[in-house]
Amino acid sequence: MNFSRRETLALGLGAAAMGFMPFRVNAAVDDAVAAFTGGSDMADAGIDLTAPEIAENGNTVPISVDAPGATSIIVLAAGNPTPGVATFNFGELAGSQMASTRIRLAGTQDVVAIAKMADGSFAKASSTVKVTIGGCGG
Amino acid sequence: MISRRDFLQASMAASAIVGASGFGNWSRLAAQQALTQDQLLEFDTFGNVTLIHITDIHAQLKPIYFREPEINLGVGDARGQVPHVTGADFRKLYGIEDGSAPAYALSYNDFAALGKAYGKVGGLDRVATVINSIRAARPDALLLDGGDTWHGSYTCYQTEGQDMVNVMNALKPDAMTFHWEFTLGSDRVRELVEDLPFAALGQNIFDKEWDEPSEDFGSYEIFERGGSKIAVIGQAFPYMPIANPGWMFPEYSFGIRDERMQEMVDEAKGEGADLIVVLSHNGFDVDKKMAGRVQGIDVILSGHTHDALPEPVLVGETIIVASGSNGKFVSRVDLDVRDGRMMGFKHKLIPIFSDVIEPDKEVAALIDEQRAPYLDQLQEVIGQLDMDSVLYRRGNFNGTWDDVICDALISEREADIAMSPGVRWGPSILPGQDITREDIWNVTSMTYGKAYRSEMTGEFIHVILEDVADNLFNTDPYYQQGGDMVRIGGMGYKIDINKKQGERITDLTLLKTGEAIDPAKTYVVAGWASVNEATEGPEIWDVVESHIRKLGTVSTSPNTSVTVTGI
Repeated sequence: MNFSRRETLALGLGAAAMGFMPFRVNAAVDDAVAAFTGGSDMADAGIDLTAPEIAENGNTVPISVDAPGATSIIVLAAGNPTPGVATFNFGELAGSQMASTRIRLAGTQDVVAIAKMADGSFAKASSTVKVTIGGCGG
Repeated sequence: MISRRDFLQASMAASAIVGASGFGNWSRLAAQQALTQDQLLEFDTFGNVTLIHITDIHAQLKPIYFREPEINLGVGDARGQVPHVTGADFRKLYGIEDGSAPAYALSYNDFAALGKAYGKVGGLDRVATVINSIRAARPDALLLDGGDTWHGSYTCYQTEGQDMVNVMNALKPDAMTFHWEFTLGSDRVRELVEDLPFAALGQNIFDKEWDEPSEDFGSYEIFERGGSKIAVIGQAFPYMPIANPGWMFPEYSFGIRDERMQEMVDEAKGEGADLIVVLSHNGFDVDKKMAGRVQGIDVILSGHTHDALPEPVLVGETIIVASGSNGKFVSRVDLDVRDGRMMGFKHKLIPIFSDVIEPDKEVAALIDEQRAPYLDQLQEVIGQLDMDSVLYRRGNFNGTWDDVICDALISEREADIAMSPGVRWGPSILPGQDITREDIWNVTSMTYGKAYRSEMTGEFIHVILEDVADNLFNTDPYYQQGGDMVRIGGMGYKIDINKKQGERITDLTLLKTGEAIDPAKTYVVAGWASVNEATEGPEIWDVVESHIRKLGTVSTSPNTSVTVTGI
């Protein structure tokens, strides 16, 4: 296991706030999705979201999105107190419709990406990223 | 017309029926006390390519005892599937007779008695003999090391892995991948890797800053063997900075990265590879999932979870080979590679019975040379094991070695509760055996072995157990970080492995008072192997040595503090 006394005390506070359960999708996520899609249906195909299964560091999690033909991609961290991460807009002359960034995750949760296509349709991808205390690997 | 898939499955079935793995035959031979080196190595050379796989040696240069797990639970799709089958069920599955040599090598029952009868296992000088014998039949056989080689012993710690590099180089591997090696620190790893006379591979070893493949390691290497091109793709342990201290190798990022694995498979095929081999430190369940997601892998040589399987497991058209740990086994895989694809295979898991296989003289001398400067330290007897106990670690929950370590932490560090990491390495000790300093280091040696003492609330202890349990019992193998359950001393609990995170662990009890753990109360916890930088405390091997010295004779009792349900 893995705790210095100092870090344990710090972690203890974090853990108390964090609780056990993966973060639930909150109402702010539904609102953000509705604002972006206007309530339209979303296809499962057409957007790729790449994220680690287990974050090496929850404070800086590398993710990338790729949705050929998209005009706009929104990224949400469904379990963060403020779920909105980024909106990427692509002009007509964009060579590709992909983007990568690093995001901060408050705990284990789903990262959601939704693409708006040129024809006005939407595609959605989501991926669970686990944020763990770590240690004990053997 | 027989499809490739039918052929592979027919091969599998045939090997099960005629005992191509040799297991059916050993039982009788062993019973007649006629087990010989020739029989262990007997193999009708097949096809045009041979792979030799060894993995998770954990720096065990000399023969040791190693008890296989009694409890190895699978969840989700892995429930009841190999390698999550142990003991009598395992023997029944593979047709192994009770009390036979393979029963001793592959299951835990009657370990003390069978250990006395069949002796120690492993020893890299014996492994050298096996490799030489395979190379005599197939001179261009590929030797592939699955990693966890430069970690796990007194001499490996003192020489920062140099002893293992020196001895492994004498065996002439063709490629290697990595896990615990990184706990030597990234400077030392680069220093050793730069001088390796073979390929250092890991397609998932990334430069953390730029999130690009690291320039310090190759992704794959193509070898021409038997008229075919064999691509060996490396897959390092995916969860290095999570399971081990990331601050020791801050430049690197890992992860499963199966999209990139697919790209590497396609790229190697584009370069004319006829056969795709993945040299993996994923762990068995992750390899099984990856085999189903990445198209075009012919063979996965699986490491990390220390499973030893007498036959490969087939996923689609991919065979997965698991070759045990601690130098106890070597796998030989012969392949018929024709027309740009694998047409068939023949496999044997060769147990290294150290009393049966003759040591290679040159490698034996080289091993003794590595140990000579430290021999007095290594051989000092610290205590004895009583006549009724076996010390072992491997298994999902506390082994007896873990109980001794937790007792040492509680008594030497004056703690209420002890935590010891659920690592899978560490050889076993038979009844009545002396316990030497080397034995203690074999189960504790690491570059972050400080024994901390700290205060934790009952709630936080619960959070830790839930967190670790999810890393072991998450139904999706990609969310398992490897390693067994954290070992606990001084506290009992119940675990339902089929529940979700936050609901698995209940009934935490402080054993010394019999009282329930109070979430709001603070307890003194001693542990070791913290992944946090600047952890303070004595080295764990000194704590355990001091404890065993005081005890004189170590005895163990059945540990009933953990109740497991949902099996």
